Amino acid sequence: MTAVKLKATMTFSEEQSMLLDTATEFFRSKSPTSVVRDLMLSEDGYDDAVWREMVDLGWSGLAIPEACGGSDLGLAAAVTIAEPMGRWLSATPWLSTQLFVQGVLAADDALRSACLPAVAEGAIGTVALCEVDGDWDLEAAGLTLRETGSQAALSGTKTFVLNADAADFLLISGNLEGAPALAVLDRESLPAGALHRETLIDDTRRSFELILDGVQVPDDRLIRGERALTALSRIRNAALLLISAESAGGIAGALEVIVEYLNTRTAFGRKIGSYQGLKHPTVDILIGLERTRSHVYHAASLIEAGESEEAIDVALRMAKAQASEAFAFAGDRAIQFHGGFGFTWECDAQLYLKRALWAQYAFGDAIHHRRHLAEALL
Amino acid sequence: MSELDDFRAEVAAWLEANRPPEPDFLLPETFMEVGTDRQFEYLRDWQRKVYEAGYLGMAWPKAYGGGGQPQVMQDIVNAEMARLKVPFVPNTIGLNWAGPLILAIGTEAEKQKYIPGILSAEDIWCQGFSEPDNGSDLAAATTRAVRDGDDWILNGSKIWTSLGTYAKYMILLARTNPDAENRYAGLSYFLAPMDVPGVDVQPIRKLTGEYGFTQTFFTDARIPGDCLMGREGEGWQIAMQTLTFERSVAGGQAGGLSMNAVGVQDVLELARRVKRDGRPAIEDPIIRDELVKFLIEEQGDRLCGARARHPALISERPGAIAMSGKLRGTEHKRRLLQFAITLQGANGARWVGDERAERGGLWQRSYFNAFSATIGGGTSQVQANIVGERVLGLPKD
Repeated sequence: MTAVKLKATMTFSEEQSMLLDTATEFFRSKSPTSVVRDLMLSEDGYDDAVWREMVDLGWSGLAIPEACGGSDLGLAAAVTIAEPMGRWLSATPWLSTQLFVQGVLAADDALRSACLPAVAEGAIGTVALCEVDGDWDLEAAGLTLRETGSQAALSGTKTFVLNADAADFLLISGNLEGAPALAVLDRESLPAGALHRETLIDDTRRSFELILDGVQVPDDRLIRGERALTALSRIRNAALLLISAESAGGIAGALEVIVEYLNTRTAFGRKIGSYQGLKHPTVDILIGLERTRSHVYHAASLIEAGESEEAIDVALRMAKAQASEAFAFAGDRAIQFHGGFGFTWECDAQLYLKRALWAQYAFGDAIHHRRHLAEALL
Repeated sequence: MSELDDFRAEVAAWLEANRPPEPDFLLPETFMEVGTDRQFEYLRDWQRKVYEAGYLGMAWPKAYGGGGQPQVMQDIVNAEMARLKVPFVPNTIGLNWAGPLILAIGTEAEKQKYIPGILSAEDIWCQGFSEPDNGSDLAAATTRAVRDGDDWILNGSKIWTSLGTYAKYMILLARTNPDAENRYAGLSYFLAPMDVPGVDVQPIRKLTGEYGFTQTFFTDARIPGDCLMGREGEGWQIAMQTLTFERSVAGGQAGGLSMNAVGVQDVLELARRVKRDGRPAIEDPIIRDELVKFLIEEQGDRLCGARARHPALISERPGAIAMSGKLRGTEHKRRLLQFAITLQGANGARWVGDERAERGGLWQRSYFNAFSATIGGGTSQVQANIVGERVLGLPKD
């Protein structure tokens, strides 16, 4: 018998349905690939006016409690934003901000009140978890927090810090006397030269290395003990859910590009979509999309229903493993099916494969999650 | 809610108390594989018992022998049957394809004549769609039906007829007008009796060495005029409607299991028992990775079923999940069974009848029989064409 009993829970409210429709229309109109390509070449990587609109729509504070100025709709509602965002390859500081929010939700009231109302108003947050070895184990951070009096000094190097240059707050993980702990830093308090832009496979993302050498943080900005473990777990859950949701959107985007081309391009006197060699793998992509969306909305349903940590963990890892492979397959085939055009910079197919590989390597790839699933299920 | 829970408990108790004893022969895995009289009788008796207890056709109208109850109760029965792994009921074509079709579009006389016998297993049904030269391309059917007075005269042949030896009726697609404006318009649909002169049923020996399918030959077989369902020339539409029941795209089935479901959990049990390098196979990291892949896929398909009940979550391509169901499910099962044999190491090479074969060679036989599902009812390749063309809008071949 398996330790975790797999359920088939699937809930989707009228409110979530409306959010999904609104977000779908929003990103369809705001993020055509011409805009995505312009932003890829820009410094910031996103359009502040679009980000402001998202804040005004309340999407930044979706998962923030009402007491802190948010709408308290929870992570399940955030999925309805992430999926269409991924479909149109939109990259705003929304994702990093959601991860920041989930981490701070585990902090005490004072720290929550110090950060979350500002985020609901449009402040940008991000998380600094990964280190140079690229390990996905969030509890193994090597950055040190050393306490002296009512301050802590942070020393170490973090990598893959999304939108760090635009962020108002950074939530940084490390170890305090051998146990995981986190600290909230205002970006303004970072010393000059602490951030170095990283070059990623996905040009739509902005990612930074962060080098700290004794930066001081007041004690009341620390999350430690059980709260630190909860914060890391909440961040990981949110990352797996939202990146899987973005990937579901990305598969749909890649599929749309493929179907459009297969219905347009002619070879040897026939539309290329009439060849089974292209048609059948395209159906495999559709099946990958359907399974991915099902895993994603199921995981969201379990989180919303407050199911056990173990059940949620299994659902999220399944979603991420499924999403990672299905999206990478869709992006890979999208390039191949465009033939010579697929090999050019101008063809959009490459955008999806690059996004897929970024998504695959963020917070654990399919092999990593299957290994953990094996421990939980076999 | 609690009433349904009570009902679920009552069903479970009845199934436990009434399930037939394990036979001393291997049972077939699906209704398509019934190949011997003792297999058939065992399963027919079980259907009769289930029906008499009121657990079959629960949502069908009382007037025709059904239960007149909400569908949710039949759903509960089906789920309990699957959970407790009781035998399947053999009259699947009647219960789940022909029956709901007759209830949906049949005349009052047809409902009264056919529905009660379908439920009681008194009248076994078979399907005459595929032909020797036209496997998955149903519209190419050449079996002829020609009017002769009030009757129809049948000539031609149908193949892959499951239960052909035991069936009293066949849902039959035949060509009534070879000169129609197109090949679809020339087809008509019959509820044809099998026990008339000129109908000859020959068993087909399968790749496993067993029987189960048959080929049906019609040689000037005379059937009454009222066997025509709908109007002449409507055969294609009615056949397509039949497929919506067969593929569970449409609801209304009488219920009951139609196969012994094998799932990943059964393969996990096997992986715990068989050894690799002196240790249970389930401890091998590569085996573990493969098993988890199957679990993710199986759970993904189960969740697709759950998501399909939320229109807002399937709005972009409403048919995608239902129309890809056969392709996903049958290919998953085929690969899973293939892997179950791999798990057995050297013993994977054994076959049914070998005394050292795992579970009497059940896995090997199941794997080979799995092809009946990936081929029958439209091969996986045809299914992929259908999904590609109708769901994704890709051009035809």
